[in-house]
Amino acid sequence: MTAPIKHTVQFPAERARATSFNEASARTRIELLLDAGSFVEFIGPAAREVSPHLKIFDIPEQFDDGIVVGRGRLDNSPVFIAAQEGRFMGGAFGEVHGAKLIGLLRAARELKSIPLLILFDTGGVRLQEANAGELAIAEIMRAVMEARTAGVKVIGLIGGRSGCYGGGGLIAGCCSALAVSEPGRIAVSGPEVIETNRGVEEFDSRDRALVWRTMGGKHRRLLGAADVFADDTVEGFRDAAMELLGLVGTFDLDRLKAEQLRLADRLRSFGTCEDAVDIWTAEGIAHAEAIPELPADQFIALANKIGRTSRDAR
Amino acid sequence: MEDLSFQHKVGARAGGARRTAIIGVVASGNLEVLVERVLPDAECQIEIKTAAIGFGEVWNAVIADFVERYSPGGLRFSINDGGARPDTVSLRLAQAVRLIEENEQ
Repeated sequence: MTAPIKHTVQFPAERARATSFNEASARTRIELLLDAGSFVEFIGPAAREVSPHLKIFDIPEQFDDGIVVGRGRLDNSPVFIAAQEGRFMGGAFGEVHGAKLIGLLRAARELKSIPLLILFDTGGVRLQEANAGELAIAEIMRAVMEARTAGVKVIGLIGGRSGCYGGGGLIAGCCSALAVSEPGRIAVSGPEVIETNRGVEEFDSRDRALVWRTMGGKHRRLLGAADVFADDTVEGFRDAAMELLGLVGTFDLDRLKAEQLRLADRLRSFGTCEDAVDIWTAEGIAHAEAIPELPADQFIALANKIGRTSRDAR
Repeated sequence: MEDLSFQHKVGARAGGARRTAIIGVVASGNLEVLVERVLPDAECQIEIKTAAIGFGEVWNAVIADFVERYSPGGLRFSINDGGARPDTVSLRLAQAVRLIEENEQ
């Protein structure tokens, strides 16, 4: 009855190809994204650095407070890496969760030459930690900009179940470059928040197609908010991270001014559009309404044809 | 939240040499199990923090069954539970033992 189960040996590269980034845990994403066996965790679960706030609300804690941080190697080069666990409290930022990312960013700032990957998977601030969570977002944004000023490339990878919302969306906007997959969503206010505040006629949060074509990966890629579109596998994100590390240039005031111009131009061009499909049409895409149905490889080919560098100032 | 603690005497030390392992996440109907090789070979300890109050007897039965099957000597299990069902708990405990018995990479 309890005959031993035979485990087929799968090489890490094979597993990275076969594993959905969206469905994997934070720990599995790190394990398969980095070079095999290279990950070393900082402040791991055995340290039990849990949230000091959740017990007040009688809410279960997690030993790593929903974020895994450490160092490893990507294609034989050293990287720092942080991955949020989107299933624990929606990947939300609390005091400890935020402090672990801040510490990692400051370490990268001190060392200057080692890039940092952030695997976002978050609904934003953990409401139970209120001000501590909000402060964490502000400190992380500052730490990202300080690290970038010191010469660190900070790459955001977005393809988790919780998307990248609230303060996570703000931090993503501070990164050197972003990769996103189709299920990945990037925004500040989420669909329910918009509907609650502005009414269902402004935004129907139950209209999944509307949510995805407004906040989803394809639209973010076409708008230039994300730099690379990745297929939803861990290998897809590994390749995207390596590509972005090769593309990111220096960061200075001129680059910030260029980004401001790009955003102003974007608002001028698309500010009156009612729907994402109108934006895609205005960008000159034939059959724009078919974009949500396009398979990943065809979409990547289309997005590359439209161009990237001309509108990417970050 | 309810805290539960179980101690068992076991016949054999758990295999492998890894010091710690972790599996699962704290979410509704799910749990995380942190396992550490910190006890004498003939002992096993399980500490539980659970969101579901009043299920001590069910935990007792699930843990007793697990200890008998896997003989996890020398291991301390620390569980954060988001209200997982007994079958999920059994699965995570078994995964935790398997992980810590794996060879270090």
